[in-house]
Parts: sequence; C-alpha cells; structure tokens
Amino acid sequence: MSGIAAEIRATPGIPCRPWPRHVVSPERWAALSGTPGLALVALWGDTHAVHALLREAVPPPDDGMVAVTVSVADGRYPALSPRWPAAMLFERAIRDLWGHVADAAVDDRPWLDHGAWDIATPMVARPPSRPGAAAPVAFLGDDTADCVPIGPLAAGVAASGQFRLFLHGAAVARMEARLGYLHRGIPALMRGKSPRAASRFAARLAGDATVAHAIAFARAAEAACDTAPPARAVALRAAMAEVERLASHLADLDALARAGAAPLLSAPCQRHREALLRAASRGFGHRLMMDIVVPGGLAADLAPEGEEALRDAVAALGRALPAIGRLAEGLARRLAGVAAVPAAAVAALAPGGPAGRASGCHTDLRRLPGYRPYHDLNVAPVREVGGDAAARLAVLLAELRDSARMVRTLLAELPGGAVVVSQPIVSGEGFGWAEGPRGDIWTWLRLEGGQISAAFLRDPGWLLLPALEAAMAGSDPADWPLARASFGLSLAGMDL
Amino acid sequence: MSDAAVPPWRRVIRNLRDQPMAVPAPPVDEAAVRDLATRLAAAGVARLGRGLALHVLDAGDCGGCALELRMLDGVVYDLARFGLRFVDSPRQADVLLVTGPMTHALRVALQQAWEAAPDPRLVVAIGDCAIDGGVFKGSYAVAGGVETAVPVDLVVRGCPPTPEDVLEGLLMLLGAVSR
Repeated sequence: MSGIAAEIRATPGIPCRPWPRHVVSPERWAALSGTPGLALVALWGDTHAVHALLREAVPPPDDGMVAVTVSVADGRYPALSPRWPAAMLFERAIRDLWGHVADAAVDDRPWLDHGAWDIATPMVARPPSRPGAAAPVAFLGDDTADCVPIGPLAAGVAASGQFRLFLHGAAVARMEARLGYLHRGIPALMRGKSPRAASRFAARLAGDATVAHAIAFARAAEAACDTAPPARAVALRAAMAEVERLASHLADLDALARAGAAPLLSAPCQRHREALLRAASRGFGHRLMMDIVVPGGLAADLAPEGEEALRDAVAALGRALPAIGRLAEGLARRLAGVAAVPAAAVAALAPGGPAGRASGCHTDLRRLPGYRPYHDLNVAPVREVGGDAAARLAVLLAELRDSARMVRTLLAELPGGAVVVSQPIVSGEGFGWAEGPRGDIWTWLRLEGGQISAAFLRDPGWLLLPALEAAMAGSDPADWPLARASFGLSLAGMDL
Repeated sequence: MSDAAVPPWRRVIRNLRDQPMAVPAPPVDEAAVRDLATRLAAAGVARLGRGLALHVLDAGDCGGCALELRMLDGVVYDLARFGLRFVDSPRQADVLLVTGPMTHALRVALQQAWEAAPDPRLVVAIGDCAIDGGVFKGSYAVAGGVETAVPVDLVVRGCPPTPEDVLEGLLMLLGAVSR
C-alpha cells in the first residue's frame, strides 16, 4: 500500500465488513479522482452522503479495496467525473435517485429518471410529487441527420434501451447510450425488508446473472450480520454460479453466432445450454436457479437426481467444447478488429468480466479479492489483449473450459451437512461480491434491526457500457449487432 | 455433434440417423383452447390462418423472460415447425409477446408499438411481472402489468415461464385463431 489509499486506511472508519468506510473531507474526496493506480469500482448515494468503493492496484495478497464516504452539504458534493470518466453514469443516477448534485460534473443530464414517475428523487425520505409528462430523452450533439437511432424497443428478443450511432461518413464517430427504461426501483423496494425478502429483488436485478447477483447480495447480508454460510452451501453456490456462467457464455456465443450468421455454431450452443438448464431444473427446481441462494445459505439443497443430471450435462458440454472451438474459428475471423476497446478507455475504466479480460484487464473477483471456495479451485487467469470482439470470443471459449472443470471438481467433492444457517436480527454494514458471467458484481447494504435501511447493487454494466461506447467510435455501423452481442451487456442490471 | 472436420457424406448419414434436437410439442388443454377461441371470436378476431408472426417487446424485463423466449427460436424448441416465427417489427406482427412489469418510462413506446401492429393484434403477457407487476408491484417506477397500457388476450404465468409454458400458450392461440 502506498499513497493516498494507505493514508485513508490508517484513519478510523465506520464499521463495515470487510472494509471499514472512511469519511473524508470534500477536498480529500476530490483529490482521490485520477490518482494513478486507483480505480473507481462503484459510486452510490445515501440519505445525506455519497459512498465510493475504490480499488488500488497493489500486489496480492492485499486486495487494495478502500471504501470512502463524503457528506453531502446543501445537496452538493464534489464530482469525481472530471478525472474519472467511470464516475459519470453513477453521478447522473445519484442525482436522479437521491437528488445529490455532483459539483462540476462532466454530464448533468438525467440517467434513470425520464420524468415518467409520479415522484422525483424517490430515495429521499419524502419524495416530492411531480406529475407531468415524460420529457424526450436528450442526446449530446443531437444531430439526427447523421445518426442511426436504435430503440428504446429492440427489434429482436433484446432488452429495451436507446442507442444512437452518430456517423461521420461511413464510420461511427460516436455512440451514445441512454438507458433507464428498465428501472424498477429496486433500491427503494429493498428498504424496510429483511435480507431474505429483499434477496428476491437481487435475484431479479438481472435475470441473466440471477445466481451471481443473489450470491453477492447474500454475502453482503452475511457480512453485515457477521455470519458464515455452511460449507455445503458455499460449494453449491460456486457450482451454481459456474453452471450459470456456462449457460450464460453459451447464450452469448449463440447470440454472437446469430449476429455473425454462424448457425452451425449456434446449434450446439443452444443444445448444451438447454441441457444445462434442464439439469439445473432437476437439481434445484428452477431452470435459472432463481431464489435458491438466500442470505445464510441456500433455500433448497441439490436434489440427488439433479447432481447426476448436472454432472452429465457438464461432461457432455466438456466433450463438445473442442468441436465448438473449431466451429468458432470462422466467426473469430469475422470478429477480428470489430469494436476494439481503445487502450485509453481500458486504462480509465478498468472494466471487468470477459469484455474487460479481453482488453488486458486482470479483474476477476474469484481471484482477487477472492472468496470461498475459489481459493482452492485455482481459477485460470484468462486474459487476452486484443480488446476486439474476437478477443472477447476467445475469452468466452477459454472460460467455458475452466468453468466446466470447476463444476466437475465441486460436484465431486461436495461437503455434507446443512445448507442454511439462521441469520441474527442485528444492525451492521457489509460488502458482498461475486464474479458474474458478465463481470464483477458488488453489493453494499446496511441493516438496522434486521431490516435493510440502504442497499446498492453494482452490476458490471456500469463500467462496460462506457467501454462499449468507446469501442464503437470509428467502427462500421453495420458491426453494431456484433459489438453489442460480444459485450453481452445486461441493461436491466444497470437500470436497477 | 456438429464438427467442421467431419466430411460431408458422414454428416449426411449422421443427420439421417440421429433424432432431431427439437423436443416434442407440449400437450395443449382442449377446453382452454375452445374457451380462448370463443373469447377471441367475441372480440372479433378474424382467422389468421395456421401461422403467426411473433414480436417480443420488453416492458421492464429483468432479462429472465428474454433468455427463455430466445430459446424458443432455435434448434431445441424450433418454433418454425408450428408455423410460428419471430419478426423484427411490430408492423409485421400478429402477436405481441410482452415481458416485464410495465415501467412508466416504456409506456409510450409500448403503446406506439401496439398501434403500429396491424389488426387483429393479439397481446400475450409473458411472465408474472407482465401479468400484474410481479415482485415489482407497488414500485414508483412500474405501472404493474401490461394490461395498464394495452389490452391483453392471453397470459403465461411463471418467473420466468419455461419455453414449454410459452409454447403451450402459443399453440393454444394458434388453435383458437384457426378454429
């Protein structure tokens, strides 16, 4: 540890497991942004404060994580976005939900709030009512003459969100996304609920990473209560998360194959995904394994016939992977050079997930900060440096192999015993994290007398969307479907 | 298993020998189809013939329903064998499949898509959220169900409904409109 993060860590903090939250002065807060080696992970609001989770690039085993808080005075706090582009979307969302204004922010347009709700700033104690029609969404440099508008409703089976490709000649000069259409008010819905009741919302933040979000949420609740789930639940959670990763990567490969007109690759991906979902359904009673992971462990144990089915499905997938790899070779040639994330954007955002690891980033929460039981599983450090759609395809294929291996190991060495421990009714604060199929998932929550008083769920999309915007600059607009499929963003996860 | 290295003649023999990947059609409740046919006839829905063009609209879906719907359009559930197909625009659609709890931000867009679909447009609410808002019922950001924005003809329950559940609903619709 060195520099500003070490100084902050040396000061006493507000108790929060595993990283205490340090209250800093507005000057210190503003000075944090742009510090070399320090990256923004998440930024979110609270009643009278704004919190940030930061990660410092330090050698392991130190995880380099620092949580800081700045008080909001007269509804304002210093912006981080002038030197940290990753902060921009968070600052816009904080203004929409909590009403805190970031001073000197790069962008002060609304993000989640389209003016369609009956109230403004829904997270404050008494939200002011604001009847009125929705204002049209404003884009930067709204020049519709040279622009390809996409959405908000999608053409295929895809999530709702607006994207605009601003053209310069035959190339995309700039892409701008405008989301918020899928905002369901999850941070507000979670308040006043027990962690067990609120985990249903975490499971439905992003349906394509329901297990991973539920794990991150459960781990945050367990950290706040200072309890640990039983060993069998820990192993089963990891097995479920890896099965979800397999199924999600196969769905992403399928989407990529469809966008790239590679039906021969599409077919085995769909078939093995279906086999995995059916095995999951036999094991846990739900194809996507929704609502199985709960604070304290699991809501249901793995059914014996499901264990066998999962083992068979993963073994069959493992046998098919070499053939899938060969079928993907043609698609890889089509994807070479498509939507490469520029090095400057990678350095500024430090995105996670397969898209980040395809751009030379090391972020994989299973490896660092790490969590049980991955310490014993030797997660392979998958990394590509190309940053283009072909590199993202290569990462997906490599991770399929590694996840299949981990599921086999986990199922072979399942510990016995109970799958759930009861959670005490206490007050406390905690962070939870899990590596989802699309990247790093972070959850923070505060319990007061066993009820959630504040929570924030950070989907990987918050950093991946700006990376996709940067990658589209200079691209062929016809490559947009490939670019979007190769990032596999969950728009619902970002929209809360 | 598909394999680019296999010579074409062996692939032909293997494809003749192997069973199709598609699963059998789910059984459809005849009484429910009759009931639906009566309701649709009462609503003045003309015969559409044995084929329906489907268009999926996301009204706040978490992504779970979309994942399962995407499985329908593929080798496993193979919609095309029933005369069902996904189209890319509401203008070409006979049936709108709507997912999600109907967020306020998407109401205008959804109504515009519904207006753009040619008569008789049928709306199927897919999943518990689309029926009444599901777990998101009561939030400031959702209206609570697709019915609050456009008329709904059929609902498919589940969170998310399995592809088989959706297929069963679509086959009922197909049976009812071609009766």
